[in-house]
Amino acid sequence: MTGLELVVTRSAEVVPGVRELVLARPDGGPLPAHPAGSHVVAECGERRNAYSLTNGGAEPREYAVAVLRRPGGRGGSAWLHERRPGDPLVVSAPRCAFAPVLTARRHLLVAGGIGITPMLAHVRDAVRWNRDVELLYAHRPDAPAYAADLDRLLGERLRRTSDRREFRGLLGDALRRQPLGTHLYVCGPAPLMELVTDTAEAAGWPAQRVHRERFTAAEVAPGTPFTARLRRSGRDVAVAAGTTLLDALHAAGVAVPSMCRQGVCGECRVPVLAGQPQHRDEYLDEHERAAGTCVLPCVSRSETGVLEVDL
Amino acid sequence: MNPESRLARFPFPLRADTYRYSTNIEPARVPVRTETGEWGGVLLDVDDDYAADLAERKRILKADPGRLQVLPHVRPACWDALLTCLRELAAQRPDELSLRCEGGELAWRNDLLGVCARFREGDDDALPGGPLGFLGSQIQDDIVLLDQREGALWADAGLVTFASGWSLRFDVGMRFDEVHGPVPRVHEDGVLARAERFLLRLRPGQEYRRTNWSLAAGGRLDHSAESSPEWAADRARAATARGRELAALVHLRVEVQHLVRLGASGALLFLIRTYLLPLAELARVPAWRLRLGRVLAELPDDIAGYKGLTPFRDAAVEYLLGS
Ligand code: HEM
Ligand code: FES
Repeated sequence: MTGLELVVTRSAEVVPGVRELVLARPDGGPLPAHPAGSHVVAECGERRNAYSLTNGGAEPREYAVAVLRRPGGRGGSAWLHERRPGDPLVVSAPRCAFAPVLTARRHLLVAGGIGITPMLAHVRDAVRWNRDVELLYAHRPDAPAYAADLDRLLGERLRRTSDRREFRGLLGDALRRQPLGTHLYVCGPAPLMELVTDTAEAAGWPAQRVHRERFTAAEVAPGTPFTARLRRSGRDVAVAAGTTLLDALHAAGVAVPSMCRQGVCGECRVPVLAGQPQHRDEYLDEHERAAGTCVLPCVSRSETGVLEVDL
Repeated sequence: MNPESRLARFPFPLRADTYRYSTNIEPARVPVRTETGEWGGVLLDVDDDYAADLAERKRILKADPGRLQVLPHVRPACWDALLTCLRELAAQRPDELSLRCEGGELAWRNDLLGVCARFREGDDDALPGGPLGFLGSQIQDDIVLLDQREGALWADAGLVTFASGWSLRFDVGMRFDEVHGPVPRVHEDGVLARAERFLLRLRPGQEYRRTNWSLAAGGRLDHSAESSPEWAADRARAATARGRELAALVHLRVEVQHLVRLGASGALLFLIRTYLLPLAELARVPAWRLRLGRVLAELPDDIAGYKGLTPFRDAAVEYLLGS
């Protein structure tokens, strides 16, 4: 992962069990801009977890994330809860799979618990550009994270509760009341996401207008090491995990033309003579994939320990 | 521009002696060495034609304001495109161009054109033509903004005065695949579907580029569908011209297109920068002369027809490959 090497500039428990970390470049310089609803993948000790960015995305100099401590979790959140100002933290560049749909007539946001984090960015963006927005927020009685910020940004357009029955009532009401062309955004614990999407479906909402934040899989896995055997020159080239076959060939002084380095243009295609390629490209069709007689070394790897190519 | 620097900076696009459409995308800002010099080191190429090209755009836009199209929901993306490009220009030419934040207002200063502007982000009335119209008065590239939704890209805004045979007025609001409806082969070959999958996955701040090329009669940048009455005469002349007359009239027209995923808005910014080189100048570079000649001789009829070069293809081949 080509990550951003940041430092923690603030670390504070905003409500019991939720810690906000503010991150910046060591030199305080600008960070990549990003749309509302973006997340970063943070390297938390041995783990990688995705966290929504709650800051505004235009010309940011700080990224803010909020981390819920998960006592029974896999350890990433506990590790992050120990970060203090000055500690280094590596995060991926921001990605976004939960952006506002700009053609929507209205945006209905529904959040549960820590699922409020992407909504905070949505709300900031909606207020900045004067979009019609409304938020329904379910939280634990002792943990209304960011309630004060949201009250200030939304006023009447925020409804929040820590009572399940009341939440169901407000939800049913909100889903029935919306004008045609409203888009619904949901983020929160799985049972809440299910409740909201089921209720929306029952109320006749088309699936294209219902958006759930599901964090995308962290970057393509680095893959396992293998050996590229070059038939024509009789050489073996070792390809380490995290290095592309194309880079390994270039490093070994073997010229292979390339353009996109993303597996879409087909320029780097190389014939395979033995071994089984692990195709990760967008270029080859089903037949070519199954035949296994060529490989795109800019992204693809090998299923077998040795991949013999016609180079 | 003087012929020497035009030749030295020309983005000659042909990589082999045959040409087919492909998903020819590569990272932006990587310089390409050519027989004559270099191109591609920057995102926004400001060259000696800067003032002349922008004056031409202004003239076209005044006569036909419909070259600027903005669907209301992409307004934030227009501002994002403007600020991203102005910052980029300022970083590239800090002595002549600057963007400063002064008391909540932005101040743009362009000494190349003698332009100063003060505005607040989001205040469309503060800039002539709004954010996109103003951007089009500061960069030579044509501009299209694509909004991403429903798993597709939609061409929802743009300022295009130098189009090659199409019209933004007609295409605005269309999906990426609909925009490419008239292009032969790219649908069946999967070229376009691969391109769209790639573009949909671009992350904030990622920048790529591709080239496209054609032959055009006459040296004007505006070859749009709207202006065909203006270039039809040159085209008719090219169909019967031979030798030196043809080589002065017919130009290799190259588009360097940049694909940038904007940060704050998440929109896709598509920039089209058009370069023209008369065949007579191109022929001074023997490798280019041969390569273009061979590509034209072999080019399948459907692609040649779509590019609009059929009427003078044979004469161009004869000129380039003949003794
Ligand atoms: C990687 C991305 C892209 C690829 C591979 C691609 C490919 C092509 C090709 C092969 C042509 C035919 C060109 C010729 O022979 O002269 C074409 C035309 C065109 N492309 Fe793209 N294109 C891409 C991106 C875009 C984008 C982002 C836009 C923005 C709207 C766009 C707008 C057009 C238009 C307007 C035409 C002319 C269509 C007509 O004749 O009406 N392209 N494109
Ligand atoms: S370089 Fe484009 S597919 Fe490998």
